Amino acid sequence: MVIAADPLLLGPLDLEIVLIVLLKVVVSFVLLMVSVMLMVWFERKLISDMQNRIGPDVAGPWGILQTLADGIKLFFKEDLIPANADRVVFKLAPYLSLVPAFLVFAIVPVGGDFRNGDGTVGWFGHQTFVQVADPPMGILLFLALSSVAVYGVMLAGWASGSKYPLLGSVRASAQMISYEAALGLAIATVFLTSGTMSTHEIVASQSDWNWNVFTTGVVPFLIFLVAGTAELNRPPFDLVEAEQELVGGYHTEYSSIRFAMFFLAEFMNMITMSAIAVTLFLGGPDGPILVEQVAWVWPILWFFLKVMMFLFTFVWLRATLPRIRYDQLMDLGWKILIPLALGWFLLVAALNVGRDRGWSPVPVVLVGVAVLWAGAALLGGAIRKARADRRDLELGSDELLDAGDGA
Amino acid sequence: MDAAVFIVSAVIVLSGAFGVLLARNPIHAALFLVQSVFGVAVLFLLLEATFLAAVQVIVYAGAIVILFLFVIMLLGVDRAEDLDIEPIAGQRPLAIVIGAGILGTTLSALLVAVGGPTGAPTANAPLGDAGDNAQRLGEALFTDYVFAVELTALLLTVAVVGAVVLVRRLGGPLQPLPVVAVATEPRGADDDTVGEPDPDPDQEGDA
Repeated sequence: MVIAADPLLLGPLDLEIVLIVLLKVVVSFVLLMVSVMLMVWFERKLISDMQNRIGPDVAGPWGILQTLADGIKLFFKEDLIPANADRVVFKLAPYLSLVPAFLVFAIVPVGGDFRNGDGTVGWFGHQTFVQVADPPMGILLFLALSSVAVYGVMLAGWASGSKYPLLGSVRASAQMISYEAALGLAIATVFLTSGTMSTHEIVASQSDWNWNVFTTGVVPFLIFLVAGTAELNRPPFDLVEAEQELVGGYHTEYSSIRFAMFFLAEFMNMITMSAIAVTLFLGGPDGPILVEQVAWVWPILWFFLKVMMFLFTFVWLRATLPRIRYDQLMDLGWKILIPLALGWFLLVAALNVGRDRGWSPVPVVLVGVAVLWAGAALLGGAIRKARADRRDLELGSDELLDAGDGA
Repeated sequence: MDAAVFIVSAVIVLSGAFGVLLARNPIHAALFLVQSVFGVAVLFLLLEATFLAAVQVIVYAGAIVILFLFVIMLLGVDRAEDLDIEPIAGQRPLAIVIGAGILGTTLSALLVAVGGPTGAPTANAPLGDAGDNAQRLGEALFTDYVFAVELTALLLTVAVVGAVVLVRRLGGPLQPLPVVAVATEPRGADDDTVGEPDPDPDQEGDA
């Protein structure tokens, strides 16, 4: 059974290979935990800089150990379970959030030279990929796991047996499901240009500046970013935990280590989402090798820098943008992002077919854009008609509903 | 190795299926369904159908059961059902007869017609590399079965349009949503739902 194309696993299994795989798992686990710790500190420090405050500066140099202190404090706090809670599901929910967040990182290639080689490195006499696993369905695993993560949020809110968490979780799951569609369509465009689902091969197809962000024409990348931010429930899409309306969202009733698990999962998801974006659109570890003597360092360094760029952007968004309203959220997801992603996907598909058949790309693009424009005009007309009908119906009876129809 | 994976995932699938039947709380039943879906996904992996395994989780666990949960939570039926009421007379004996019939047919089909379970990962022709799954599937769907695919797409579109037409308000000012529940007596302190009237005041949640 061929589950992974990693050269390490193709031959017969022996103890050494099992140990190498185990080492990869442990190293990526530890790296993720440490980077979450630093990420929480990074976010707090950066936001306080942007808001002209000092931020955490007591624990360790520049307050870098603040998260460690917070974690220890959370660990020793009293673990409360509300009287109305569904005890089993209440205890299960944090794991359903945390485990997928961990697992997604397994498919991300974090290093390996794809320019002069095939992305393998030699460790302890074995050739292997610099990623924990390379399953053939690859990036679909990311979609599957992010749909499991919805359960964590949804069940946490329901099992708390309290109204604000339930409202928060219904909002969160509706938002995550809505934006998963746009996310999936943006990823499907990458399948078209890369011709594979395996993360390793997606990265290999982008080597030497042939990045998908250019070859798919930027739009899927932007859609992925917006939908990814919504999927993470980060600002400006954080109405899931809008403090003014919902106390704290789906994890209001959680305390101690269970709350820490949700917190951990949230930040870990941020890191993995950035890593997936880098893998899909920015060539993963692709970049120039500047000093040949330490050639293996450069891909990892480029990967790290690209991920940092996204993490900085997430924090920047949080410091800059106000929260959007629920109807704006749904309008953006269903009426703009999904049709746009679908249209762009069809356009890229038409270009691919045209290239296979040897058609000139200019008429293909012109015809494609014309067809899509007609589709968009039909959709826009339908939305306008529906809105006008509703306005006629509700005139005078409910003006509040109309006030938000600005999109 | 294959046998061990099969046994473990079969146990997961079957215990999940029994959980769906036996759980008194609809939310717990839905969660058991998710467990079952995951077991089936592992079985697909065992058969080298990697694409199908991923899609199984994305579609069934990620969309369909989530939809179930939404309906259960929003309609506030997340409490134990009163199993003494039989909505349709003779429903239970009939269910037992039909269930036994289906089981018998499936078993006889497996044991007699094919010649017993083989345990081979590929019953027909090998599909080749497991990485080709999506490509093979796409080729089959858009060449040999393109008519069926288009018909299914049309059916889904009709269903969506139908759903939209059904929920559309036809003229007049805003109507209040139809009131489903009957009971109006004050709810107990341990009631864990949010705003809905209690459809069955005698049964409390088994949480």
